[in-house]
Amino acid sequence: MAEVPYQHILFLSFALFFIGVYGFFTRRNMITMLMAVELMLNSVNINMVVFNKYLFPGELEGLFFTLFIITIAAAEAAIAIAIIINIYRKFKTIDAEDVDSMKF
Amino acid sequence: MNEYGYIIYLLILPLAVFLVTGLAGKHMPASVSGPLGTVSMLACAVMAWVAAIRYFGNEMGPEGYNTIIAFNFPWLSFTEDLSINLGIILDPISVMMLVVVTTVSFMVHLYSIGYMKGEARFTLFFSFLSLFSFSMLGLVVASNLFQMYIFWELVGVSSFLLIGYYYDKPSAVAAAKKAFIVTRFADFGFLAGLLILSWYSGSLDFPVIIERMTDFNSPYLASATGATFIGASMLTWALSLIFIGGAGKSAMFPLHIWLPDAMEGPTPVSALIHAATMVVAGVFLVARLFPVFYVIPSALDLVAYVGAFSAIFAAIIACTQTDIKRILAYSTMSQIGYMMFALGVSGINENGTGYMASMFHLFTHAMFKALLFLGAGAVIHYVHSNELKDMGGLRKKMPVTHVVFLIACLAISGVPPLSGFFSKEEILTAAQHSNLLIYYTGLVTACLTAFYMFRLYYGIFWSKPYESKKGAEHHHGEAPFSMLLPLVLLALATIGAGFVPFHDLVTQSGLPILKVFHLGGAAIAVGAGLAGIIVATIFYLKQKESPSIIAEKLGDLYRAVYSKFYIDEIYEFITKKIIFNLVGRPANWIDRNIVDGAMNFSAYLTGLFSEQAKEMQSGKIHHYVIWFFAGSLILVIMLIVI
Repeated sequence: MAEVPYQHILFLSFALFFIGVYGFFTRRNMITMLMAVELMLNSVNINMVVFNKYLFPGELEGLFFTLFIITIAAAEAAIAIAIIINIYRKFKTIDAEDVDSMKF
Repeated sequence: MNEYGYIIYLLILPLAVFLVTGLAGKHMPASVSGPLGTVSMLACAVMAWVAAIRYFGNEMGPEGYNTIIAFNFPWLSFTEDLSINLGIILDPISVMMLVVVTTVSFMVHLYSIGYMKGEARFTLFFSFLSLFSFSMLGLVVASNLFQMYIFWELVGVSSFLLIGYYYDKPSAVAAAKKAFIVTRFADFGFLAGLLILSWYSGSLDFPVIIERMTDFNSPYLASATGATFIGASMLTWALSLIFIGGAGKSAMFPLHIWLPDAMEGPTPVSALIHAATMVVAGVFLVARLFPVFYVIPSALDLVAYVGAFSAIFAAIIACTQTDIKRILAYSTMSQIGYMMFALGVSGINENGTGYMASMFHLFTHAMFKALLFLGAGAVIHYVHSNELKDMGGLRKKMPVTHVVFLIACLAISGVPPLSGFFSKEEILTAAQHSNLLIYYTGLVTACLTAFYMFRLYYGIFWSKPYESKKGAEHHHGEAPFSMLLPLVLLALATIGAGFVPFHDLVTQSGLPILKVFHLGGAAIAVGAGLAGIIVATIFYLKQKESPSIIAEKLGDLYRAVYSKFYIDEIYEFITKKIIFNLVGRPANWIDRNIVDGAMNFSAYLTGLFSEQAKEMQSGKIHHYVIWFFAGSLILVIMLIVI
């Protein structure tokens, strides 16, 4: 099986990241925004793995970093959902546009 | 540390008592704080007496009494030449003052236990008394000018606190402020003089200053007398300014206005601070620097004339006052005037009769004036009034007070063999040999002193019977034992103090000087006193119309004297009308419009800017995210480009 050229994989990661950014900017539902953030994190994960494999084949740091990020993303999702639930209780909505009391 | 090192505990003990009682405040009952302060002061007095006996017994060297630095601690050392030390200097006058301060302070502590009984802030009163004792002791043992200045100010603060002790009485508050401001104003003179003097002598230590400023070959003296400012040498300026500081504290004309008002404080305070100890600080300061003053005759003349004028000025006012404490206050001012002019007419070394007499009078005056004030306090305690018209015929009601008060009156009038006679006679002798104008002023003052003291005495104890007064129904007996004991002890001191051989002990050079006693001179002095007493007896022994008729005849003159020569009104005019209008109001305008204006303008600009800037903070997550990404993008681009 021929090796996949790393440019392809990097392109995937690049596309995934900006899909995430786009989603984060355009969606107003907080849960969708959270999903967009997860996309960005995963694109970073792919980046890590690729660079580890192609630049430092014998090392493991990139893989470990990925594992860390996955763990933290899980924790972050839990916290973010807790926050969203609380916002819903207070504002009766999870639309980010309507939650704008964080100002002067 | 040497064998006199324990003198430091004389300072630490009252300070510790002040801290303990002051911090405990009203949580400490009067039954603890009163005895605590009194016992610690007794310990101080015992230490002072022991030190004095040892000092005057053992320290006579070939050059007279040694000057001992019992303790020295470099406090602030700025450069090689400039350092400020804290030290304890022992020489005849400081040892003598230690004895006076601790003894009188002990008596006053003891007396206050009875006098202040039942006061709400009893503990606070005792803590202030301890603070005062600490400051005054620090002042007298100060080994350098700067240390003296520090304690000088501390003494002023404790005086302020104690005058304003009854702070719910507006007159007491006003008196406290007046005393503080007037003495503080005079202290500017002291500070300026101190700086000039130490600049030219290159040192702050008393022995060094005196050595450098009295040696006619020293370059320091040449530079200080060589530099002139408005026609007087810098040394003259320095000494005159220092004297202004001393005159402020010692209530010399025209800075005396605070002293009569200071009588708003509790009577024991008047006895301790405004009669026996603090007000002689100015005399003490001049005595400390006396050899330097002697170098500049014009400065010494200033001391002499201000002293003599204050003496007679205050004596004249005292003849017309009706508040017994004010009479005593003016009498204090008059007696301090005596001490001042005695210094002013004094010679140096073996001719230092005036110096010796001044210190002698300081010593005896402390005893009999404390006695007079404490006696007056006992009278006020009994009749609940300061006014002479509410008194009279008290000799049967208060036999002990009557006797001790009579002793003190005789002493201050200079009747032999009581202490006042000896010291006053020495002062007049010194003046007679030096300056006849001042001598006659002193004689007239002696006569007036006897007159007003016996006017006071007859007014309180004779005159009309006490039962005729309103409010005579409260018949508690004479003052309690704790008040009578100090009175009796001080009366004994008043009788005995005159026999202390001051011309052997406390002299300018430290060497004994020859005591000159002229029967004729003494007879004239005693005669002047007796004349005053006789006139007072004629007028005031029985209640008569004649004094008021004479007052009527004198008309405007009497009113001027009764109003204390309108000095207060003049001050009022100068401060309120002239200084307020010419300095205060323009300064106020500049402050409000220019200084405040600049501040307000810059605040306005900041406000304007933030009104605009706060719009960026919308509270919408998406805006923040855009800013965040824009920022990271810029950072990334910068990283790539650079």
